[in-house]
Amino acid sequence: MRTGITTTLTRRNLLATTAGAAAASLAMPSYLRAQGASIKVGILQPVTGALAFDGQQGQLGAELAVKAVNDTGGIKSLGGAKLEIVMGDARSTPDGGTSEVEHMQNEGVAAIVGGFASPICLAATQAAARYDLPYIVDVGVTDQIVQRGLKNTFRFAPGFGIVSTTALDNLVKLNDAAGKPAKTVVLVHEDGLFGSGLAKLLQAELPKRGFEILDTIAHPTPARDMSNVALQIRAKNPDLLIPSSYYGEFVLLARTMQQQRIKPKGVYCVLNGAASNFRFVKEFPDAAQNVMDCNHWYDPRKEAAVALRKQVEAQGKFFTYNTALNYSCVLLLADAIERAASADRAKITAALASSTFAGHIMPYGPTKFVDGQNQGAGPVNLQVQGSDIKVIFPDAFADGKPIFPVPA
Amino acid sequence: MSAARAYGLIIGVVALFALVPLAGPSNTLLNGMVLALLIALAGSGWNLLGGYGGLFSFGHAAFFGTGAYASAILQSRYGVNAWAAFAVAIAIGAVVGWVIGFLSFRSGLRGSYFALVTLAFAEVFRIIANASPFFGGAPGILLKLDIRPANFQFESRAIYYWIALALVGLTMLVMRAIERSRLGAYIVAIRENENAAKALGVNSLAVKLKAIALSAAITAAAGALYVQYFLLVNADLGFGTWISIDALLAPIIGGLGTVFGPLLGALLLHELGELTRAIAGGVPGIDTALFGALLILVIAFARDGVQGVIGRLFARMTRKTAPPAIEAVS
Amino acid sequence: MLAPDILLSAVLNGLLTGAVYALVAVGLTLVYGVLHIINFAHGAILSVAMFAAYFAWMAGLDPYLAMLVLAPAFYALGYALQRFVISPASHGEDQNVLLVTLGLSILIENALNAAFHSDTRSIDVAYGLDTIDLGFTFLPLPRVIAFAVACAVGLALWYLLTRTDTGKAIRAVAKETYGASLMGIDVAHIYAVTFGLGAACLAIAACLLLPSYYVNPRVGEAYVLVAFTIVVFGGMGSVPGALIGGLAIGVIESLTGLFFGDSLGQLGIFLIFILVLLLRPTGLFGARA
Repeated sequence: MRTGITTTLTRRNLLATTAGAAAASLAMPSYLRAQGASIKVGILQPVTGALAFDGQQGQLGAELAVKAVNDTGGIKSLGGAKLEIVMGDARSTPDGGTSEVEHMQNEGVAAIVGGFASPICLAATQAAARYDLPYIVDVGVTDQIVQRGLKNTFRFAPGFGIVSTTALDNLVKLNDAAGKPAKTVVLVHEDGLFGSGLAKLLQAELPKRGFEILDTIAHPTPARDMSNVALQIRAKNPDLLIPSSYYGEFVLLARTMQQQRIKPKGVYCVLNGAASNFRFVKEFPDAAQNVMDCNHWYDPRKEAAVALRKQVEAQGKFFTYNTALNYSCVLLLADAIERAASADRAKITAALASSTFAGHIMPYGPTKFVDGQNQGAGPVNLQVQGSDIKVIFPDAFADGKPIFPVPA
Repeated sequence: MSAARAYGLIIGVVALFALVPLAGPSNTLLNGMVLALLIALAGSGWNLLGGYGGLFSFGHAAFFGTGAYASAILQSRYGVNAWAAFAVAIAIGAVVGWVIGFLSFRSGLRGSYFALVTLAFAEVFRIIANASPFFGGAPGILLKLDIRPANFQFESRAIYYWIALALVGLTMLVMRAIERSRLGAYIVAIRENENAAKALGVNSLAVKLKAIALSAAITAAAGALYVQYFLLVNADLGFGTWISIDALLAPIIGGLGTVFGPLLGALLLHELGELTRAIAGGVPGIDTALFGALLILVIAFARDGVQGVIGRLFARMTRKTAPPAIEAVS
Repeated sequence: MLAPDILLSAVLNGLLTGAVYALVAVGLTLVYGVLHIINFAHGAILSVAMFAAYFAWMAGLDPYLAMLVLAPAFYALGYALQRFVISPASHGEDQNVLLVTLGLSILIENALNAAFHSDTRSIDVAYGLDTIDLGFTFLPLPRVIAFAVACAVGLALWYLLTRTDTGKAIRAVAKETYGASLMGIDVAHIYAVTFGLGAACLAIAACLLLPSYYVNPRVGEAYVLVAFTIVVFGGMGSVPGALIGGLAIGVIESLTGLFFGDSLGQLGIFLIFILVLLLRPTGLFGARA
């Protein structure tokens, strides 16, 4: 792979002598090179370590987007300049992320896309800010990412706040439409940043919308066993279960619940790692039936999205949300570079800040950044029906009717 | 070795390292060096207890995280000045070290038992830090970005580098001083044969407590510096096994119970990591797998070599003087 | 929360989980007791075993049948690893063994990541979701089978250690290495045999876990700390200690998880770990240190 070789060779040079490293930094940064050459884009993903799966999925989306841009003529306002990936492995840690940002800065990238996990995004955006390097966050949900006043940081996807509000609004809508069968709720969440943060918001908001929280059950990631969680759920017998967990733990929980014949009126997940995951549906069709999720999702109305899904599945991989998100983020960046007609960082940052890009494959409408947060961003409600995952809200592009309450 | 020789070598090495940022290196290199120095510092703390004292700890993360969290909490929650918080964090680290030491040594824990109990303490701290709102819970604690020297935040990476280097240098001087002191003699005596030392009147509990308190303080300093550099700490970063492992890898690779061991080992590990990434950047995981393989090979074939190199270096340096009062033998 | 049927369910769950923990811990305690090393690579070997079981299933072999193939295979693997990699690389020094096993664990986990990517995969066997109906709770069949097999393996190991010559040799080396070698026992061979037995137990544990659990390169890591706790609790080097300790820790984990939540429940395990170390370091069945 070309990008791999380029990176390897450059790193080898760096390693050869410190003088070499010094020379590299003092040399003309590549973004001032003549037009027609390639524009380097940093793709930062945790492709090894605990988050490796998600990182690799994100990397895939970014690579496919770069290919798509290059295959359709590159950056036309710069004489057809191609995008060139500088890949960085964040190694699932913030210091891995910042090290890679430094590497990318050294390579003279025009911008960086990715990060995935909130701690990595927080550290990497900060490191990038030192160089006024524009950084597009792909997933990182913690709202602090866009609350630090960093001019270089843009988040294309929604954060906790937007996701939990939408999830709750849609839950109320769902419940009302079915005649309010659900009153009592049990929250299950993983005890890390993502689960705890979400649980806190839900705990504050659910009672205001007329739901009673019977219990909040935290579990570690990884969890060796979810039997006790299932036991507690059975003991409380809630109408609704709201789980926010990663893939492995939710799979364990769903299977255990099936074994223990625990069937609440609905399982309404929020940002769940398994509920909108095709692998889960494929491997456990029974346990997955009728599970709902409020999560990131692609826009099924867009041809490009459907085509991308086919492309990914043809490679034998599953189409996950962060593939679609990273794909969109890179397209967003390409558009900004196009409009800036330059690889200059300040111009790209300005172009991003004023972007109205609508050529992405997410259901966000035209882009609009306010303080770095894309205003149109929002999650979507999904449900596993049969062997497929259908969109049930928003109505604008729903392709399935919600099944709620779950038939006994 | 005369005092001039003993300390002179350390000062010379530190001075040499201090020149690096002046040669105009890339930020990548500087960033890598800062991280390596942080590990060297944490490893120096470990080295005092494990290298000189023979008490291998698998949970030095407990002290690293204490330093990081203490500093972060003091600054973000109580508005304490960053430099003062740094100093207090080190003191708190020492206290925590003393407490864990007291509990462990009073029960007579040694060897693998001691290693495992430190591991358990680190895990307990991690779980509590993750769950407790006082420690910021799962999201951890974010320090506000406010770049002012008075706030211990700097625009230039070089300054962090020099501060880390100064701390490492200071630690090395302290280690050298201990080596040449009675305390050092007691520590090594206890390592070699605790019963014999006790029979000769050494208060082994007091000595071990001093050692662990100092060891913890040094590693806590590394943690507090980490949080100033990244402005972020959470349960996994502060108390995770990664730092426990790095803190013991560096001195073992570089030379147990030697002054330069942790620094040497930290640099070697860093270079090893860079090397493997350069060779195998393509497929995710290959480079770290290679790192593991290289680690095994280094132990298998260069183990004596690394120590041998240091040994020969020292021998040459000290050729004309009397043998050192204490032989730091691994 | 205090309803008897819930408590009883939790206890039963704990026993079922604990049996597998015990199997994982047994290997660790044997290796510690005989070789006096803490094997950092234990979790990584479990991950490899789980992948092996997974691919055996993909090739059409049911996990319980795969056990019969994988246990001997991993015995050989463990034997070779100790005899030809760990021992030579460490030159006999304890701290080197630490580093070598650490290096091995890094190498193995990342090699798995590189080779098979980090997707979390599960298998779906026909009986995977079958349960035994006890009225107040359902016991998942695969976990009951795991319990039974783990106990059987435990008994088999006990028999091996107390009634066979190899077992006696192992115990001799554990107690007094030099004396054992003077008696003509090939210590290097016994070391490797012990390591092999530990790996074989991991292979069996992996086959028992696979129907209920999932596999990815880091799956073994989740079991390592618990295994250490059990080894210390039961007494380092004691096989009965590991078995009973495993069951006990399983139940304790289950009950603390019930009362304090699974996250804080983990705290319970480590606090026990610390208390045992401080108050009775030799554990339940360990020899006086």
